[in-house]
Amino acid sequence: MIPAPFEYARPTTVDEALQAIAAGGEDVKVLAGGQSLIPVMRLRLAAPETVVDLGRVAELRGVREDGDALVIGAMTTHSDVLADPLIQQHAPLIAQATETVADRQVRHRGTFGGALVHADPAGDLPAVALALDAEFVIAGPEGRRTVPARDFFVDYLTTAVGEGELLVEVRVPKLDGQWGMRYEKFNRVAQAWSIVAVAAAVRRENGHIAEARVGLTNMGPTPLRAGAVEAALSGAEATPEAIAAAAAHAAEGTEPSSDLNAQADYRQHLATVLTRRAVTAAAGL
Amino acid sequence: MTALEDRTEAPAPEVGKARKRKEDARLITGRTTWTDNMVLPGMLHLAVVRSPVAHAKITSVDVSAAADAPGVVAVFTGRDFAEEQGSIPCAWPVTPDMVNPGHPSLAVEEVNHVGEAVAVIVARSKAAAQDAVELVDVDYDPLPVVLDMEEAVAEQPDLCHDHLSSNESFRFVFDAGEAGTGQNTDEAFANAEVVVSRRFVQQRLIPAFMEPRAAVVQPQGDNYTMWSSTQVPHILRLMLAMITGTPEHKLRVIAPDVGGGFGGKLQVTPEEVITLLVARRLGKPVKWTETRSESLMSAHHGRDQIQYVDVAADREGNIKGLKVHILSDMGAYLRLVSPGVPVLGAFMYPGIYKFPAYRFDCQGVFTNKTPTDAYRGAGRPEATFAIERIMDELAVELGMDPLELRRKNWIKAEEFPFTTVAGLEYDSGDYDAATQQALELLGYDELREEQRRRRESDDPVQLGIGFSTFTEMCGLAPSRVLGSLSYGAGGWEHASIRMLPTGKVEVVTGSTPHGQGHETAWSQLVADELGVPFEDVEVLHGDTGISSRGLDTYGSRSLVVGGAAVVSASQKVVAKARKVAAHLLEAGEDDLQFESGSFSVRGTPGTSISIQEIALATFAAHNFPEGMEPSIDADATFDPVNFSFPHGTHICAMEVDTETGFVKIRKYACVDDVGKIVNPLIVEGQVHGGLAQGIAQALYEEAIYDADGNLTTGTFVDYLVPSAADLPHFDTGNTVHEAPGNPIGAKGVGEAGCIASTPAVVNAALDAVRHLGVTDIRMPLTPERVWRAIHSGGDGGDRATAGSNAYGGAQTETTAGVSTEASSLGGDR
Ligand SMILES: Cc1cc2nc3c(=O)[nH]c(=O)nc-3n(C[C@H](O)[C@H](O)[C@H](O)COP(=O)(O)OP(=O)(O)OC[C@H]3O[C@@H](n4cnc5c(N)ncnc54)[C@H](O)[C@@H]3O)c2cc1C
Repeated sequence: MIPAPFEYARPTTVDEALQAIAAGGEDVKVLAGGQSLIPVMRLRLAAPETVVDLGRVAELRGVREDGDALVIGAMTTHSDVLADPLIQQHAPLIAQATETVADRQVRHRGTFGGALVHADPAGDLPAVALALDAEFVIAGPEGRRTVPARDFFVDYLTTAVGEGELLVEVRVPKLDGQWGMRYEKFNRVAQAWSIVAVAAAVRRENGHIAEARVGLTNMGPTPLRAGAVEAALSGAEATPEAIAAAAAHAAEGTEPSSDLNAQADYRQHLATVLTRRAVTAAAGL
Repeated sequence: MTALEDRTEAPAPEVGKARKRKEDARLITGRTTWTDNMVLPGMLHLAVVRSPVAHAKITSVDVSAAADAPGVVAVFTGRDFAEEQGSIPCAWPVTPDMVNPGHPSLAVEEVNHVGEAVAVIVARSKAAAQDAVELVDVDYDPLPVVLDMEEAVAEQPDLCHDHLSSNESFRFVFDAGEAGTGQNTDEAFANAEVVVSRRFVQQRLIPAFMEPRAAVVQPQGDNYTMWSSTQVPHILRLMLAMITGTPEHKLRVIAPDVGGGFGGKLQVTPEEVITLLVARRLGKPVKWTETRSESLMSAHHGRDQIQYVDVAADREGNIKGLKVHILSDMGAYLRLVSPGVPVLGAFMYPGIYKFPAYRFDCQGVFTNKTPTDAYRGAGRPEATFAIERIMDELAVELGMDPLELRRKNWIKAEEFPFTTVAGLEYDSGDYDAATQQALELLGYDELREEQRRRRESDDPVQLGIGFSTFTEMCGLAPSRVLGSLSYGAGGWEHASIRMLPTGKVEVVTGSTPHGQGHETAWSQLVADELGVPFEDVEVLHGDTGISSRGLDTYGSRSLVVGGAAVVSASQKVVAKARKVAAHLLEAGEDDLQFESGSFSVRGTPGTSISIQEIALATFAAHNFPEGMEPSIDADATFDPVNFSFPHGTHICAMEVDTETGFVKIRKYACVDDVGKIVNPLIVEGQVHGGLAQGIAQALYEEAIYDADGNLTTGTFVDYLVPSAADLPHFDTGNTVHEAPGNPIGAKGVGEAGCIASTPAVVNAALDAVRHLGVTDIRMPLTPERVWRAIHSGGDGGDRATAGSNAYGGAQTETTAGVSTEASSLGGDR
C-alpha cells in the first residue's frame, strides 16, 4: 500500500535531527531502518505529519568500548551488530538474539536502536537489553539523559523516549569471565517474531550458579525479568534438577496475551520450558 | 536440397532431458511484462473501497469528498454499474437446483463479506486513488454474521443471504450402489465387524500467489484489450463478454507473464469486471493492482471443509465400505467453479483401495466470508487427506500396521486398468513398487528402530512415521465427463504450429502458463517431433489475439492435454511436409523416411531435405505439389478420453517435542509415478513446490476469522507461508508407468505433491504421540495444538482469533475504505 502524504527531513547530526523533530509539527516520527515504521505507514495505521530520517546521521552508527561497557549506536544495523567482534566477545547474548531477528534483508536495514524504541513485545532485543542491565542514552532539546533498562520499557510499544527526543546509544555492561549466555527463541517459521523467548545470562562459580539474569520476551506488554527464577538460581547448584526447579517460577507475575500463535496459559508453560533450556545452556550443562 | 553428409549420431532426444527452463531468467529477474509493469499513455489508476463489515445492508454511500480529492477523476459505486455489471459467473452448477444468490462485482444493496468491493476510485495516480479511498463514507446497517458451517446448516440459523431460505447452496450425492458401480453402502455398514468414524477439518487456506493480481484495460474504438494476471485468459474473455455485453470479438484478453496462481487466478474476478467497466465508461486506459492485504482478504480462498468419514471393515482388515459427508464452505458467493471443487474430490475418496461400497454426500454452505474456489489440488487433497487419515485410524482400531492394511486393500499392479467403486478407470501404476522404493529412500527400518528407542526411554522428543499412498485424477478433462457433471465448458486443448520461412518454429498453445515451464517443455516436445533444435522453437501463449482457442491451465492439464495437442499438431506438420518432400525429392511419400528433422528416400542414400528447408520452400511456394495449399502449418485440438492418474507413496518422519508441541520434519521421502517424464527438472520442481504447499497446510497455513468476520490472518505476519528455511530436504524418486490416454504417456504432476503430502505429515505427527493418548490433531499442527492434544486431549482445539501484535496489531480490519479507529490513531499503535 501507499502511505499517506508526509513531510520528510534528512539531518546529518543529532543536533540537526532534534531541530527537525522540534520543527516537524504535531506528529513526528523518527525513521531508523524503517522495518517497523514503514509497514505501519503503508497499512495507514500510522500517518505522521513529518518523518525524520536518521539514515545519514553517522555519529549514531557503530560499536565502541568505553571502559566496562560497550556502547552501541542506535543506528547500528542488526547485521553490523552481528558482525561486530566486540559484541561477540563481551555480549554474545545480543549476537545470538540478533541472529534470530527476521531475515537477512530485514537485518541489513533494521537497527538495534529502532528495535528497542519500537519495543514490540514480540521483538527479541528488549528482553536481552533488560537481562543485560543496559542503559539508554536519550537526547532531547534539554540535553542528554541516561535511563536504566528497567525504566526504559514503559508499556506496550512505549518507552521512556519522549516526544522531541531521540535514542542515541545503548550502553551494555561487559559481562566477561565466568558468564555464559543463551537466547532461546520459540517461533513457528524462521523469519518470525518470538511467540515466547528467554534471554539468560549465568555466572558460575565452583559448581554453583553465583548469579543469573533472565529476561522474558512476549510475556506481557513489556519485556520482563523473571525475578523469582533469578532468586531461586542465585547460589543454587548448577544441576539440571536445581535449574528445572528454578525455571518452574518463570511464569510468575507474567501477563502474556492470547493471540493466534498462543494463548496465555500456553505462553506461560513455554516460558518455564524455555527458561529451563536457556539457563541450562547458559550454565554450560 | 543438400547432399547427405556422413551422418553423425542422431542427437539425443529432447524429451527426458533435464533442461533448465528457458523462461526463468526473465521471470526470476522480473524484467518482463508483469501486468503491473504495463504503462499506457494517459492511463488512470483504480483503487477499490472495500467493506470493513462482514454482513450489512448498505444504507448510503457518500462519495462527494472522494470525488473532490486532488487527482480523482471519478468515483463509482455499485449503483452506478448496477445495470451493466451482471453477476460474477458460476460455470459449474453441480446440481439442477443449486442456489446461486448472484454476485455483483460492486456491492449494490448489501455486503456479505469483509473485503467485498463497494466503490472504486479512478485517479490520475495510484497514490491519489489510494488517498481518496478513506474519503468514501459508507453507512452500513449490520446483519447477523454467519461464520460456522455446522451452525449454518443446523435448525433456525441466521442467514448469510437474507433473501434465501437457507444457507445451503446445493447437496450433491454420489452413491455407488445407485450408480451401479458398487454395492449398497448401508448394507455394507450394517454387516461390518468394524466401523471407524472421524470428523476432519480442512482449514481455510489462501492461495497466496507471489504476484498480486492486476488488470489493465485499453479501449480502442469499440474494442477492448485487457491484460490481466490470470490463469485463464480464454475463459475470462468469454465470461466478460457474457457478463458485460461487450461482444466477444471486441474483446482481447492477454495474460502476460503471470507470477503464480495455484488456482487462485482461475477466476473471473470482480476487479477484472470493474476495470473493464470503468475503461468502457470513461473511454480511457485504466489499471488496477491489488495490495497484498487486499489480495489475502479478497482473492478467493481454498479448502474449508468439514468431513465426516466412516469406514467399514472386517477384523482381518478387508475394507467393506466408505461413507463421506462433507460440509463445504462456499463463502459468501459462488465464483467460477466454487461448487465444483468438492465435486472434483467426490470420486477420489476411495483412493487406491478396492472398496465394494461407497457413498459421497456434500452440502455446499454459504458463510459471510471470502468465497472459496480452486486451490492447488481442488477437491483431491481433501479426498486424499480423508482416506489416508481414516486408513491409519482403521489400522489403529484393528491393531494392524498401517502399511499392511493399505497393501491388503490396494489395487494390484496386474489389475490395471481398474474401475473403482466411484466409476473411474485408473489407467496404470504399481503401488507396491513405489512404496518399496520410498521405504528405501526414507531408511525406514532405522527410523522405526529409533522411534522404539525414544519411546522406551521416554524421550521428550518423540518420532513418528506417516504414510500417504495416494492417487489423484488430473489432466482436466474429457469433455463428455465434464458434461455429465454439468460443467459449463469442455476439457480439450488446442495447439498450432507455424513454420517460419527461416525454419524457426512458433508453437501456439491454448494452455496458458503462469510459472509451470510450458515454454521449455513444449519446445522439447516439438524439437523431437520435428527434429529441429530446441533453440529454434518459440512458444506463444496467453493472448486471445494470438492463441484463439484454449482452455488454459489448471487441474494438472497442461502437458497431458495441451502438450498432447502440441504433439498432434506437430505430427500434422510432418505429414504435410512429407508431401512437399516427396514432390521435391521426386519420390513416393511411402518411400520417404523422416529422421532427425530430414526426409530422405529409403534405400537411396544421397539426397535429403530438412523440414526447415521445406519451410522456406513453402514460403516461396515456387515449386509445390499440385493441388496443395502452400502451407505446412497445422493445428490440433486434443480431447482426452480419460483423466490421468498419477500415484505415489509419500513417507514423512516427524519429530515432536512433547514439552513444547513443536513439530519438525526429520525426513521426507516420496516416489511419484507421473508417467513419462518430459523434463525431470520441471517434474522435480513441481513435486518440491507441491510438497511445500501440502506441508504448509499440515503445519503452517490457516485463514482465521474473528467473531465479527474479520480476517485475522490478513498479512503474511499472521498467515504463515513457509520458506525454504522451514522445509526439510526432500528425497524424491519416480516409477514410470506411462499413461495410455495421451500420446506423450505423461500424467499430470502439477498438484500431486500438494495432494499427497498433507496426510503423510499429519499421520507422522500422530504416530509420534499416539502412545500418549492422542488420536487427532487439527490442522495446521501449531505447537500449541500439538501441546494441548498431548496434555489435555482432544484435537488441540480452536486457536485464539486475535492477530499477533507485530506491526502494532495491524490486522485487516484496517483501513481499506473506512476511517476506523485504527486509521485515525495517527500513531503506530
Ligand atoms: C519481516 C520482518 C520480520 C521481523 N522479525 C523480527 C524478529 O523476529 N524479531 C525482532 O526483534 N524484530 C523483528 N522485526 C523487526 C525488526 O527488528 C525491526 O528492524 C525493528 O523492530 C525496528 O527497527 P528499525 O530500525 O527498522 O526501526 P523503524 O521501523 O525505523 O522505527 C521503529 C520505531 O522506532 C522509532 N525509532 C527508531 N529509531 C529511533 C531512535 N533512534 N530514537 C527514537 N525513536 C526511534 C521510530 O520512530 C518508530 O516508531 C521484523 C521486521 C520485519 C519487517
